[in-house]
Amino acid sequence: MITAEWVYWIAGAFFFTTGVQVALDRAHAKRLTNCAFWSLLGLSFFYGSFISVLPLWPLGLSVIAMAVIAGIGLTSPGRVTTTDDAQREASARERGNALFAPALTIPAVTVAIAVGAGKLQIAGEPLLAKGQETLVGLGVAVLCALLVGLVLLRPKTPVIALTEGRRLLESVGWAVLLPQMLSVLGGLFTQAGVGTAVGTIAHAVVPEQSRLLAVVVYAVGMALFTIIMGNAFAAFPIMTAAVGWPVLVQHLGAHPAPLFAIGMVTGYCGTLCTPMAANFNLVPPALLEMTDRYRQIKVQIPTAVALFVVNVGLLLTLPFK
Amino acid sequence: MLPLLGVLIVVVGFALRRNPLIVVTIAGVTSALLAGMRPLQIVDAFGAGFASSRSISLAFIVLPVVGLAERYGLQQRAKMLIDRAAGLTAGRLLLVYLFVRETCAALGLTSIGGVAQMVRPVIYPMAEGAVMRAHDSPLPDRVSDEVKAHAAAVDNVGAFFGEDIFVAIGAVLLITAYVDANYHLTLDALQIALWAIPTAIAAFVIHGFRLLRLDHRLAVMIGGEPTAGEPGR
Repeated sequence: MITAEWVYWIAGAFFFTTGVQVALDRAHAKRLTNCAFWSLLGLSFFYGSFISVLPLWPLGLSVIAMAVIAGIGLTSPGRVTTTDDAQREASARERGNALFAPALTIPAVTVAIAVGAGKLQIAGEPLLAKGQETLVGLGVAVLCALLVGLVLLRPKTPVIALTEGRRLLESVGWAVLLPQMLSVLGGLFTQAGVGTAVGTIAHAVVPEQSRLLAVVVYAVGMALFTIIMGNAFAAFPIMTAAVGWPVLVQHLGAHPAPLFAIGMVTGYCGTLCTPMAANFNLVPPALLEMTDRYRQIKVQIPTAVALFVVNVGLLLTLPFK
Repeated sequence: MLPLLGVLIVVVGFALRRNPLIVVTIAGVTSALLAGMRPLQIVDAFGAGFASSRSISLAFIVLPVVGLAERYGLQQRAKMLIDRAAGLTAGRLLLVYLFVRETCAALGLTSIGGVAQMVRPVIYPMAEGAVMRAHDSPLPDRVSDEVKAHAAAVDNVGAFFGEDIFVAIGAVLLITAYVDANYHLTLDALQIALWAIPTAIAAFVIHGFRLLRLDHRLAVMIGGEPTAGEPGR
């Protein structure tokens, strides 16, 4: 059975080879620390597959080490030789729309596998692990796309794909680790009782008689708690237990389906506003090499606020029909 | 209320623009210590949290493919394509992408799109090409940042508010699973998905409206006077 672990090893191998390339790059300004960061990240992806039999603390130390190396500014991208603009123009004219083929292979194969291969069985066992079809699909899709790219574009050696991958990965830099660090933080917050504290506050301030105010507390709570945790999925159970169920459903008679459906997307308005949702709001600016890393959040805020107001309006009407 | 100190560290750290990795590490360790966890438990928690969140980082495995295609002129090709579509401004192009992204997500096809595999190699260069054609000059950093930010924002807005219309998506399943388990209801996933439609439409209208005004905004940023007859904003 093919599981997501195989795909994690592809990621681990990519990160680790980036570390090796940095180690071989004598011109790199921060060669040792960068090599340590990327190699540790790669090895951690492999180690994570075996934590049922190996102790957790070496992985934990490695994660903290990466955060410290990158956090005190010891990582920076090296210079990778690639083609210049004039060469790319010429190549784009010569190769035409075939250039889109590798990039488009990725979604095409991912979707095909996620939808189609989910039902395949070999010797009575499903080919893909249940619930992991999309991740496995992505892994297979990337390998297919790489093959398509190598055949169509014919670089001198396949290693060039890894060099180009390193160029982009290094330009994203330490932000690569941030989404996972925030996920770790979310877990620690939950264990430390942050959710319970927020729920207690929300429950204490919610006025039980006024539909308007109760809905506003629920909506603000969903958005604010999502901003804190970077994830509406973390806010949903807390706000539902504190306000949604006891006050809005039981006391004021709201219908659960529209209340919770719209409550969740009200949380998403918070996701658009917060750097804590790093994979959505901080990694893209790094990938796009923006000079202002917070510009994207600033662009999203007006839509988030307007949509929040619309959602409050919907919450006041639809669940109470 | 003591655990909220960790939240405070995060807020202050981000506000002062300290490196987020350090801020997050300190906030996590502080919260855990306040909650009475022992140092070894905390180190273990970092390991366990990392291992179980590896799927978020899988988006990066597309980079060798994207980098390879970029080496041979993918972004330049995307710009050439936009040159042929004369009426397509940056704002209108992003509006089309918003529609495609949100519709695909609503059908459960969230893997179509994404910043690494779609926005950076194709959508952003097209949008930039459209702006450059309209203004006939290389773009100042501030303007290209604005175009990039909008391109990435469209990817988020489309995916977030589209995907909840699809019954088998994580958010819908989380709602039904949580509510059914805790309050002994049997919520229909389809009902949850249907009630996400009004917000999805509102998101498209609101964000689409802003995209239609984007071209004007960019023109003002570049320094071109607003076209005659149109009020300044």
